[in-house]
Amino acid sequence: MHLAYPAVLSVLLFCTGLYGVLARRNAILVLMSVELMLNAVNLNLVAFDVWLSKAAEETLHSGQALTLFTIAIAAAEIGIGLAIVLAVHRNRGTSDIDKLRDTAEGPDGEDPGTGASATGPAAEKAEATA
Amino acid sequence: MTSAATLGHLAADSTTAAAESQGFLSPTGVEVAFLLVGLVTFGAAVVTVTTRQLVHAALWLVVALGGLAVEYLLLTAEFIAWVQVLIYVGAVVVLILFGLMLTRAPIGRSPDADSGNRWAALTVAVAAAAALVWVVVDAFRTTWIDLDGPAAGSTAVTGASLFQNWVLPFEALSVLLLAALVGAIVLSRRAKANHVTEAGRPTGPNGSGKDGVR
Repeated sequence: MHLAYPAVLSVLLFCTGLYGVLARRNAILVLMSVELMLNAVNLNLVAFDVWLSKAAEETLHSGQALTLFTIAIAAAEIGIGLAIVLAVHRNRGTSDIDKLRDTAEGPDGEDPGTGASATGPAAEKAEATA
Repeated sequence: MTSAATLGHLAADSTTAAAESQGFLSPTGVEVAFLLVGLVTFGAAVVTVTTRQLVHAALWLVVALGGLAVEYLLLTAEFIAWVQVLIYVGAVVVLILFGLMLTRAPIGRSPDADSGNRWAALTVAVAAAAALVWVVVDAFRTTWIDLDGPAAGSTAVTGASLFQNWVLPFEALSVLLLAALVGAIVLSRRAKANHVTEAGRPTGPNGSGKDGVR
């Protein structure tokens, strides 16, 4: 099999996940896009491991071992991420990333530039939700 | 003809000799199957990141991850394929569905699923895809995966390499999973305990009743 097939599919899946991370607004949809990006990396690892295990006599099978580790870490990541999203939803009533702007700087804040006034309402909100 | 091909492999692996023996525009059956399943996977991924119905996005994610499991099977990585089916399709998507159900009632279309900067995101994604496809195709134009012979990812091979060379990362990973489990429980419990104390202070009997229920 030509190595370009899995490599190109991996690139396309990664860029699809990249678009999802940048364009989605719901936090859980962003997590799903992150899963797509991780799976693209997994496909790359498996394809290059299969190639190297035949072409270069590589006996460690590092690609497949790292794929297993990536899958386990992705499971841990989705558990922690969903716990955080549920905690945020419970505290704020929304899981909309565009509305969670407490630490944001720029035109949406009251005074962009003065650090004291920017940390004031954020600290108040943090105390209110704690 | 097959002897010539093997001679080409022996003479120079992944060079122009192999390129001439393989043929650039005559795909094999495995490549055709890989291409078709890859099209299904990519289409499901695109629908996942563009649909406005949240539950449908999770279900299309199942299609994309299952297609990837088939791709692993075509690459002779059996163990990874079944782990993919078990963990991603079995566990991760169920967790995501639970998360969707717990955060909002996602019946029907939600018009605010896409952010306002989706055109910038589309530009970035298309530019990254074009650059990466160009680089990858240019770099591995004359490289073929040899899928004949014993499977490169059977359970015996994967288990042997995992428990001979990767034992320490494997055990460290179990500690990480334990930490993630404890962390998820702590993250869920802290909010609930604060909620109970906030609700329990002003209204005594009602709060204690909620305590008993929880």
